Amino acid sequence: MRSRNLLSINDLSPTEILEILDTARELSRITDGAIKKLPTLRGRTVVNLFFEDSTRTRLSFEAAAKRLSADVINFSAKGSSVSKGESLKDTAQTLEAMGAELIIIRHSSSGAAQRLAESGWIKSPVVNAGDGMHEHPTQALLDAFTIRNHFPDHDRDFTGLHIGIVGDILHSRVARSNALLLSALGARVTLIAPPTLMPIGVEKWSVATSYNLDSQLPSLDAIMMLRVQSERMNDAFFPTEREYARDYGLGIQRLARLKNSAIVMHPGPMNRGLEISAAVADSPQSVILEQVANGVVVRMAVLYLLMGGASIPTEGVLV
Amino acid sequence: MSIVLDQSEIDRSLKRISHEIIEHNHGLESVVLLGIPTRGVTLAQRIGVFLSTIDSGVPVGTLDITMFRDDLRLRPLRALMPTQIPAGGLQGKDLILIDDVLYSGRTIRAALDAIGELGRPRTVQLAVLIDRGHRELPIRADYVGKNIPTNAQESVRVQLLEIDGIDQVEVGP
Repeated sequence: MRSRNLLSINDLSPTEILEILDTARELSRITDGAIKKLPTLRGRTVVNLFFEDSTRTRLSFEAAAKRLSADVINFSAKGSSVSKGESLKDTAQTLEAMGAELIIIRHSSSGAAQRLAESGWIKSPVVNAGDGMHEHPTQALLDAFTIRNHFPDHDRDFTGLHIGIVGDILHSRVARSNALLLSALGARVTLIAPPTLMPIGVEKWSVATSYNLDSQLPSLDAIMMLRVQSERMNDAFFPTEREYARDYGLGIQRLARLKNSAIVMHPGPMNRGLEISAAVADSPQSVILEQVANGVVVRMAVLYLLMGGASIPTEGVLV
Repeated sequence: MSIVLDQSEIDRSLKRISHEIIEHNHGLESVVLLGIPTRGVTLAQRIGVFLSTIDSGVPVGTLDITMFRDDLRLRPLRALMPTQIPAGGLQGKDLILIDDVLYSGRTIRAALDAIGELGRPRTVQLAVLIDRGHRELPIRADYVGKNIPTNAQESVRVQLLEIDGIDQVEVGP
C-alpha cells in the first residue's frame, strides 16, 4: 500500500485493493491450517480508539491484532476522560505516549479519522473503523473478500457481477465504502432504497439507483442488506417498520426470486424481521457469518501491510 | 556476474542431493519436502520428481516464512506467498526444507519457528542449492549443491527455468 493510513477506499487503487485481498487470502490459508498465531507484530502496540459503540468491528480488529501477536489497548469513550471533555487530540496523544504504534479509530463524526491522520497530532498510522456517515473501508474490503470467495471466476475483476445494496443508504458508511470499492473492481452496483433514504448527490457516485427492490432481484449476484440505523434517524424516513419491511425487507419470498448462486450479505448487527427475516439470515445462501470470519483475516492483512515492513517515508501525509 | 553453476551442474547437484536424501533417511517412507518460496519451491518440485524416478514419490509442499521473519522492520514490505502443507501433515515426518541460497540463516530460523507451529516432525533437515557462508546463526545445511565462498558485498543470483527461463547461478558484485 502506498498510503501509510487506511482512511477511505478512494485512497486505494484497484491494484492495492487486490494486494490487500491477496494478503488476506494467504493469511486465511495459514490461519485456517494449524498455525493460529503468527509472531509478525510481536512487541508492537495497536490501539482501538472507539468513540462509538461497536461489537464486531472492535472485536474483529482486536482478534486480528492478537493473531499477529500485537498488544492491544482498547479505549472506549464511555467511562473515559472523554466524558470529562478531553479532546480527540489529547486522547490520541496520550495513547501514543503510552506506546501506541497504530490507531484504529471509530467515531460518530464523518472525517474524524482523516483529521487524526492528517493533523500532525500523532505519528502513528491511522485506520478508519467507521467515521459517521462517511466510510468504513475495512468492512468494504471484507465484503469484497467474501464476494470473491464465492465467485472464483472473478478473482481479479468483478466485471459482470451485479451487486445490490439495499436499505438505509443515507446513513450508511458501509454502503458508501462498498459502492466505491465494488465499482472500482468493475462490479455493477445498484443502490436500492426508498427515496427518503437515498443520499443527496448519489448521482455522482458511479452506481445505479432504484426504488424498487423486486425489479432488481432476478439479476443480482450478491445482495447486501443494510441495517436500518434507528439511532441516526431523528426524522420519519418511512411510515412504519412494517411498511419498510414489506417494500425493502428480504424475506423468504424475495429470496426465492434471487438466482440460486446469489449470496445474501449483511454487515451486522441485524434487525431480524425488519431489513432481513430470520429465515433468510439463517438460510444456506446467507454468508453473514463468513463475513465475520473474513473480517478478521482482512484486518490482519491491513495491519500487516501498514505495520509489517520498514517504515518507508511516503508522500507527505505526515507533516 | 560470473556463472558458477550451469544447467547441467544444477541438474547433477539436485540428483546428487536426491540420492543423499534417500541414503540419509534409509528410504523415503516418512520424507516430506517443503520448499521456501519462490525458488525453493521450484527446487523442491524438481527434487520430488528425481526422488520419484529413483525410488518413490514423496509429498511436496510450500512454506512461506514471511510472517515469521525477525527482520521485517528492516526491509520493505514483502508480499505473502502461498503456504501449502501436504495433506499428511508434518507430525512424525522427516521434513526436508529446501531453499535456493543459504546465507545468514535467518530464513531458516523463521522456517523452524513456523514448523514449530505446524507440528512436530521427527527430524528437520535442510537442503540448499548454494551455501554462500556468512552465517549469523548456528544453522547448517544437510545437503548442499555447491559451496561458494563469497564476500558480503557480492550477490548470488539463482535463476531457474520455470521462473526465469534459464537454469544458472551467477555470482557478482
